[in-house]
Amino acid sequence: MSKPFLSIDRLTQQFPDGQGGTLTVFENASFGIEQGEFVCILGHSGCGKSTIMNILAGLAEPTSGAVTMDGAEISGPSLDRGVVFQNYSLLPWLSTLKNVTFGVKAREPGWTKSEVEAHARKYLAMVGLEGDVVHRKPSQLSGGMRQRVSIARAFANHPKLLLLDEPFGALDALTRGTIQDELLKIWGGTEQTVFMITHDIDEAILLADRILLMTNGPFARVSESVEITIPRPRNRTEIVEHPNYYAIRNHLVHFLGLRSKELAGQQGDGAEQRPTPVRIDKTAAAEADPETAPPLRAVND
Amino acid sequence: MLDNLSVNQRAAILSVVMLVVGLLIWESVIPAQKAVGELTEYERLTGGGQPKAGVPPPSQVLSKAWEQLSDPFYDAGPNDKGIGIQIGYSIYRVLTGYVLAAVVAIPLGFLIGMSQVAYKAFNPFIQVLRPISPLAWMPLALFIIQDSEASAIFVIFICSIWPMLLNTAFGVAGVRKDWVNVARTHELGSLRTAFTVILPAAAPTIVTGMRISIGIAWLVIVAAEMLVGGTGIGYYVWNEWNNLDLTSVIFSILMIGVVGMLLDAAFGFLQRAVAYAE
Ligand SMILES: Nc1ncnc2c1ncn2[C@@H]1O[C@H](COP(=O)(O)OP(=O)(O)O)[C@@H](O)[C@H]1O
Ligand SMILES: [Mg+2]
Repeated sequence: MSKPFLSIDRLTQQFPDGQGGTLTVFENASFGIEQGEFVCILGHSGCGKSTIMNILAGLAEPTSGAVTMDGAEISGPSLDRGVVFQNYSLLPWLSTLKNVTFGVKAREPGWTKSEVEAHARKYLAMVGLEGDVVHRKPSQLSGGMRQRVSIARAFANHPKLLLLDEPFGALDALTRGTIQDELLKIWGGTEQTVFMITHDIDEAILLADRILLMTNGPFARVSESVEITIPRPRNRTEIVEHPNYYAIRNHLVHFLGLRSKELAGQQGDGAEQRPTPVRIDKTAAAEADPETAPPLRAVND
Repeated sequence: MLDNLSVNQRAAILSVVMLVVGLLIWESVIPAQKAVGELTEYERLTGGGQPKAGVPPPSQVLSKAWEQLSDPFYDAGPNDKGIGIQIGYSIYRVLTGYVLAAVVAIPLGFLIGMSQVAYKAFNPFIQVLRPISPLAWMPLALFIIQDSEASAIFVIFICSIWPMLLNTAFGVAGVRKDWVNVARTHELGSLRTAFTVILPAAAPTIVTGMRISIGIAWLVIVAAEMLVGGTGIGYYVWNEWNNLDLTSVIFSILMIGVVGMLLDAAFGFLQRAVAYAE
């Protein structure tokens, strides 16, 4: 089997637990992401999602294990991996426009000032930020607008992999909905590979091709990989009508509500931990031909 | 009637009232100059009999100010230069020592703020050197440098280095990790990170340190010039005291205050320019 575009192999992360011992966040975790895929990772707070993302971003070193992207091992941060942080991480002394040109200049040092600015404005316009608002400082923007700037900054750099750490966690439901739509629209145009952390089940179903489910820590596992068998383009009002929607949703709720706890805290046996693929398809076509779609298997039996 | 005025207007009126009342009290409590014949032996010996010996009334200070400020740059020999020239010398010394201090303190503060090891290595020296009164360095400086002008500048250097050094280190160490991570994910080198992320992020704290330093430097230069003599506003005050020209002493005290206020205002302006809201 050839390696996927992004391959996480036997990743282990330990921290000192503050009492002289070690805290193993996760152990021997392995999974892959294909090019152009939109993958969400769901799990309770503290299970290690941000830790994984910081390793993928190159901002942190794992205790052991390797991450390879496009055949090359990741060591340190790179412009090929764009990051959108939960708290936006805009530079508060720069205007909205300058926050985006900051990234573009780093990516394209050879461009002229006007090229850089035009490019930045284009991506700001894609998230609905146009006109005078681009000259405002982040402190003069609402939370939703700030996250839009952060998304524009990331997309404007055309990273091979886009990492988003709970990007909408701090936003109200309506704003979150609008920006999710914008994110889908931009992503649809680029075929970017996206890895996104969230704790919102509906958000994950709307956006993802595949959802990775993590059990609670310590010794958290990326336990399942749930395919979202709902065709694109999706929109929030129509997907709920799809026969697979509630089946998938119930599966996720069940996992996060019960099984994430039941499976927690088990020290591994040193073997590689790969998520079990789960495919739920209740459409008429799939029901008529059960061969093409394996029924949901119980995990860990 | 006062109710219709803004806070600033009311404050301005109150300030003027306080000034006028203060000056009137001052003017009225100055005793009339005693006639020379009534002086005691002691008063005659200490110079009390000279017309300039008493504390002058404000009207006299004002006319002195007018006289000095209308020709601030006259130069009639070593002991008789215009107030503008004297203040110019002081500002030149303060700025020279201050800029040298900034050139050392800001890069060093960056290093100390970025590196735990550097912080721990430099900290004991800073803790011991910082509480030393800058004037205590003067004899050593005079002996080693053998030049009064350079010694005064050295004293300014040594007194203005600490607030800038500590504030720079503090500001740099306190830069939000997220902002540094933004630089890292954009593959900025360490020099570009320092200039485009850490410096603007720490600038408000650094400029606060620079503002404290310039204030201290201006306090210290007066004392330093009283010691080394020759030129400068500190020497001028001391010289006029030796001449028992209290009118000039009071006038130059006011000028020291005004220049100090202007220096502080310049850094206040800079502080507002680099401030940002999170
Ligand atoms: N630098 C660190 N030092 C010690 N423990 C850490 C560190 N970073 C994260 N942890 C611990 O690792 C676990 C996972 O954290 P995190 O990845 O932030 O969780 P999540 O993003 O899923 O909420 C938590 O228990 C947290 O306390
Ligand atoms: Mg997190």
